[in-house]
Amino acid sequence: MFSNNDSIGKTFFVVIALCLVCAILVSTAAVQLRPKQVENKLLDSQKNVLAVTGLLADGNIKELYTKHIQERLVDLNTGEFVDMAPESYDYRRAMKAPESSIKLEGADDMASIKSRANIAPVYFAYNDGVESGQLSAIVLPVHGYGLWSTMHAFLALDNDGNTIKGINYYEQGETAGLGGEVQNPKWTAQFVGKKLLDESGAPAIKVMKPGNAAPSSAHEVDGLSGATLTSNGVQNTFDFWAGAKGFAPFLTKVRDGALNNG
Amino acid sequence: MASAKEIKTVLFGPIFANNPIALQVLGICSALAVTTKMEKALVMGIALTVVTAFSNLFISLIRNHIPSSVRIIVQMTIIASLVIVVDQVLKAFAYNVAKELSVFVGLIITNCIVMGRAEAYAMKTGPGMSFLDGIGNGLGYSVLLLIVAFIRELFGSGTLFGVEILPLVSAGGWYQPMGMMLIAPSAFIIIGLLIWILRTFRPEQVEKA
Repeated sequence: MFSNNDSIGKTFFVVIALCLVCAILVSTAAVQLRPKQVENKLLDSQKNVLAVTGLLADGNIKELYTKHIQERLVDLNTGEFVDMAPESYDYRRAMKAPESSIKLEGADDMASIKSRANIAPVYFAYNDGVESGQLSAIVLPVHGYGLWSTMHAFLALDNDGNTIKGINYYEQGETAGLGGEVQNPKWTAQFVGKKLLDESGAPAIKVMKPGNAAPSSAHEVDGLSGATLTSNGVQNTFDFWAGAKGFAPFLTKVRDGALNNG
Repeated sequence: MASAKEIKTVLFGPIFANNPIALQVLGICSALAVTTKMEKALVMGIALTVVTAFSNLFISLIRNHIPSSVRIIVQMTIIASLVIVVDQVLKAFAYNVAKELSVFVGLIITNCIVMGRAEAYAMKTGPGMSFLDGIGNGLGYSVLLLIVAFIRELFGSGTLFGVEILPLVSAGGWYQPMGMMLIAPSAFIIIGLLIWILRTFRPEQVEKA
């Protein structure tokens, strides 16, 4: 068809044909494997919820999850439960879509997340199984911008809605070895037992310069050394999600006993 | 097809005689990053072997039609497509490992071994041999990665493939793990020592001073 390999016609032909073939290959793979990947993601998120409440054990994660965890949706503006099936709710999509989120600007957007979904999932953990009715922890999904990436975490609170039971950064793209240490269990362990809010109900967790946190303090934790901006990101995440635009309305309702009445 | 002896050289030569990491010192970046655990190293080794083998195969198949002015771009397109496919497959079937390997699977695209073999071998050789050459170089990379990962995981975490071998002090055992093994510079040192050992036994690999 072409006399010369290096003619302009041949060059265009080869490049376009190759692009078409590669595009078809890549998109087929992406579409075909999508359902499996979605399932993996769900399983991973369930595993992380179990891990932050200390309920993760060997065995079938799906079974453990259904046994111990109850997922419900909360309207962040009012703090009320929303009657909607949590399985069909896509939180990640909702936080971006303009019709299901509010825009955050200026001082409101301390965690640099730009928009916040109106409805967020909340997970209730029951050590003895959901049917026992003995609530052991409330797990809140939180996220905020660090140095390079949006860091996603699950924050587990005791049923007083204030004492931290654990935090588990499960998705982040910070510098490995420095900011990436946010997901190090040794670092996150120091949050356990701290109080999320002060007496007036304002966000109170303080991420200090490394080594400056008083062990007796109810609110102070050490930041990560060599990762000031990531530590600031953690601070901002706490400030935002414990604040009025975050889970504060819901947590107020929790402390007033909303959970006891169903 | 080439003789059995030639096939053997192409396939197993890169493991010790012509190792892409130890002799050509290619692909060091990922070798430092993914060798903290055997499992990660194994998956990365397999992924790279698959990509190198198939990129060699496809590039060799169309080598007579690639215009030389755009040949690097053509090679990159093929390699990049293969890497995306491998990444998607890993996310579907080995999610946990894929999450830990994160960007490094994507970075196979920039791994010099893949490009190097495509440019140096597949552009000049038939598809069958090119495919074997890809597997051979992938094996050479994997073997070295596994050796490094073996040392780093055993002494850094006291485990192999996540199974406890040396009980750690923190878990009531006797072994105090070497923290340095878990950070990247240790891989540099280990690879350096491996190159030294290899060249002691194969003096022909020593560069002339």
